[in-house]
Amino acid sequence: MTTRIVELRRGILKKNDELAAGLRGRFSAAGVLVLNLVSSPGTGKTEFLQRTLEELRKSGARTAALVGDLETDNDARRLATSGAPVRQINTHGICHLEAEMIGRHLEGWDLAALDYLFIENVGNLVCPSSYDLGEKIRVVLLSVTEGEDKPLKYPTLFNSADAAVITKMDIAEAVGFEREAAIRNMHEIRPGIRIFETSAKTGLGMAEWLAYLAARGT
Amino acid sequence: MHELSIVSSVVDAVLESLAAYPGAQVKQVRLRVGALTAVVEDSLQFCYSIATEGTALDGSALVVQALPVVVHCAACAQDVEIDSVQSFRCPRCGQFSMDVRQGRELEIDSIEIEEQEAEGKPS
Repeated sequence: MTTRIVELRRGILKKNDELAAGLRGRFSAAGVLVLNLVSSPGTGKTEFLQRTLEELRKSGARTAALVGDLETDNDARRLATSGAPVRQINTHGICHLEAEMIGRHLEGWDLAALDYLFIENVGNLVCPSSYDLGEKIRVVLLSVTEGEDKPLKYPTLFNSADAAVITKMDIAEAVGFEREAAIRNMHEIRPGIRIFETSAKTGLGMAEWLAYLAARGT
Repeated sequence: MHELSIVSSVVDAVLESLAAYPGAQVKQVRLRVGALTAVVEDSLQFCYSIATEGTALDGSALVVQALPVVVHCAACAQDVEIDSVQSFRCPRCGQFSMDVRQGRELEIDSIEIEEQEAEGKPS
């Protein structure tokens, strides 16, 4: 018997990272802006995305969405009412989306015919942070009902985000949302992060959000 | 609870590398895990015993080296370790920094294996 140390020095998620890099290359070549939307369950990702898709379509932009959930195609059916092509990804118990799932669900779509592709991740503030999906922008969403200290509780995800969206601002006052504390906490975890204060119901903040998308998409 | 997915990726990668060492048994697997990966060691250990069962990794030890977050502080012109992931400020001068130099690692560092001596092979 001989004992030997074998140096591997490789990323554990190397396969996912390689697939994500391949997707990123495809997205970039096709000229489509890809966003990965991450939040807890119940933050209002679907509502926010539905409004975003509707507004973008009104402005003539070509959009599509992939939506991840453990089970059901309820969200895909909801989003499809916007008129955009939507596909549901059911992970059957897996708590996050992986690059391989994205690649598989893009089959048959002409990416070059799209301006924006939104990926709505599984509702979870922990696991999606490790899995690159090839997106250009990772957006973390936080609703006013969730507590101002959520960024401090889930720092890894907030730290990996490029932009943050506060949802349900129309009920902020009723639930005693401490806006300054929430914004301060986000900046502690992710210095300089762009924050959008929105309500998909009233349309508050949507103009700023759409302007941001337009600027990043060109 | 993505630790099971992560551990499964570790097992796959180790088994792949074992192809070069037929018949070898794994004694230890060493990982490097940064504080920004949201991976919990207890959870890894729990999943590890399940994921390795019946493989060449069965009974091996999982050793996790935890890496703190290090950012580059432009004001101090040096890399500094931050005490907690609750605040991305330089502990020396208080400036924010998003220039993360360490803490996102999720790597297999090395494995320790035991090889059977091939019979008749000169040592």
